[in-house]
Amino acid sequence: MVAETRSNSVFRRLLGSDASILQLAVITVVIFVLMTVMNPDKFLRYYNFESITYVMPELGILCLAMMVAMLTGGIDLSIVAIANLAAITAGIYFKQPGVAEALAAGGTGAAFHVTMGVLIALMVGLLSGLLNGVLIARLRIIPILATLGTGQVFAGLALVLTGGPAIAGFPDAWTWIGTGKLLGLAVPFWILIVVAAVVAVILTRTHIGLNLMLIGTNARAAVFAGIRSARMIIYSYTVTGVMAAIAGILLSGRTNSAKADFGSSYLLQAVLIAVLGGTNPAGGKGRVAGVLLALVSLMLLSSGLQIMRVSNFLIDAIWGAFLVVVIAINYLRSAK
Amino acid sequence: MKIFQSTEAVIAAVLILVMLAIGFINPAFWGVDNLFSLAKSNVVIGIMALGVLLVMIAGGIDVSFPAIAAAALYITVRTMVAIGYDGVVLPFIGACVLGILLGAFNAFIIERFKMIPLIVTLGTASIIRGLVLGLLGTSIVNINKMPKELIAFGKVDLVSVTAANGATVGLTAMVLVYLGVAVVMHLILRHTMIGRSIYAYGGDAESARRAGVNIRKTIFFVYCTAGLLAGFAGLLQASMIWQANPRDFVGWELDVIAAVVLGGASIFGGRGSVLGTMLGVFTLVMIKNSLILMKVDTTWQRVVVGAIIIIATAITAWRDRKKLA
Repeated sequence: MVAETRSNSVFRRLLGSDASILQLAVITVVIFVLMTVMNPDKFLRYYNFESITYVMPELGILCLAMMVAMLTGGIDLSIVAIANLAAITAGIYFKQPGVAEALAAGGTGAAFHVTMGVLIALMVGLLSGLLNGVLIARLRIIPILATLGTGQVFAGLALVLTGGPAIAGFPDAWTWIGTGKLLGLAVPFWILIVVAAVVAVILTRTHIGLNLMLIGTNARAAVFAGIRSARMIIYSYTVTGVMAAIAGILLSGRTNSAKADFGSSYLLQAVLIAVLGGTNPAGGKGRVAGVLLALVSLMLLSSGLQIMRVSNFLIDAIWGAFLVVVIAINYLRSAK
Repeated sequence: MKIFQSTEAVIAAVLILVMLAIGFINPAFWGVDNLFSLAKSNVVIGIMALGVLLVMIAGGIDVSFPAIAAAALYITVRTMVAIGYDGVVLPFIGACVLGILLGAFNAFIIERFKMIPLIVTLGTASIIRGLVLGLLGTSIVNINKMPKELIAFGKVDLVSVTAANGATVGLTAMVLVYLGVAVVMHLILRHTMIGRSIYAYGGDAESARRAGVNIRKTIFFVYCTAGLLAGFAGLLQASMIWQANPRDFVGWELDVIAAVVLGGASIFGGRGSVLGTMLGVFTLVMIKNSLILMKVDTTWQRVVVGAIIIIATAITAWRDRKKLA
């Protein structure tokens, strides 16, 4: 307990006096201590933390994407489908006869085509997000239904493109993005850090971030304040789509395959972590630091439970229960 | 000409047009066997849709009903197998009670902690599915182990005729169950105090509260009824397909929500009717089933369902905006 209080004060200095961030830091530390105690000599291993840094980023980026969508009071239920579609489109590009030959030859040709693949995947994410944004902002479809619908369309297209089975065998450079190491840290982890930093800067240092918060806080007032709401909302869903595509690249790079129904449990987890991280699903509130802390705490929790050989189904149930508990805590805290 | 302005008339017109188009492409659509199987496919999804309709009229959304249905179905059948009980009425009561309890859990969290229904039900769905699969296992109860009377109940036919190819096809009596549920729901929504409260609460929660509507009672009624219908539909599914699969109904939330929206209900609450929902369900089921008749590859199904959701919601959004202006 002494260690906990000490780390609390460290966190307090690091993170300022934001109550929800502090609460999260406490939860993270409690989970960390709990898992260490329950798995003596298994949890505190370098290997365990290293494997977390490979698995965490794809989910983390999806969570940040979900947070961005929630800032304006929306939600994006199509992110997992976008991630898969982006990875599959790139996978199909790599399978084209000319491209496959160049990739097999290696060298600059291979590097060029992998770069093209990344750009194609990001483009798919951008266009998918743009479609969501247009449906929501211009056609005024409520975000839940719009993204529920587009999610089906994207997942369906992914199914049509692959015909069902997974696409396997990505180029080496592509799998390096998901499994490689750079300066002693996992490549996906670096990508998560970069994405998180970019999102944090956009949200706190640019007018776009401020506008999104305003729209989420009071859509009507934002219109009267002269904010071009529709355009801002389209931007936010486009960014969400691109981030989903990045997550798709990481997921396909890590598993060296892409399939229409990969990572379906990520959707709930992304919503959960975004909400747990202090994002208000009604809009207007959300911080990158909060989401990252929530992400770390839940990754530690599920990794610890997996070491304890708890069934994956029960881990799903625990995630759901966690969401409900967080809702209750948030309510009780705001009611005070 | 007022009839042409009602949402139901528009959906019915669309439905007839689509039917004619499908029948034109493949006349097999009008075969008795196809029509009967179409009617059968409507039953379970239709009963669930009526529950979701209630939630949507109240301005909420429920994505946990497939999990509730699967839980009610699997727990009931496994219990029956374990204690060697066979019957119809008692198991259905059991499934309904399970549904009500799980629905009450949703209602409690939504009402007590004032949380957005989508996020609450995403969480409860995960809890319910995780607990059922984690604690009860994933094995499917097959036809040889299924309670005989339950299967016999699902097999009852209303009429049976000899189809063109000589096979005997029957219209399942479960259609009557579906119609019965629909009539009850219609009466509740249009002719009872609680029904009016649901519309009032969905239309404008604050006004409803000031007008004296008991908000807590309304929310509990809505989610408990949705749970009840989900539990009932779940066990009905087991008796109709002769097996109990704990992973059943995965992904149904999309189809059902699509059908309800297609039926003219507004996700903002306050709008929607039983007739419209039934027409919406019929249209969706028909289009999905007929894709095969129209020789469309089955991989396109999800694209089509997604496109239907988007088009239907775009039209509803456009309609509602005109009303607001």
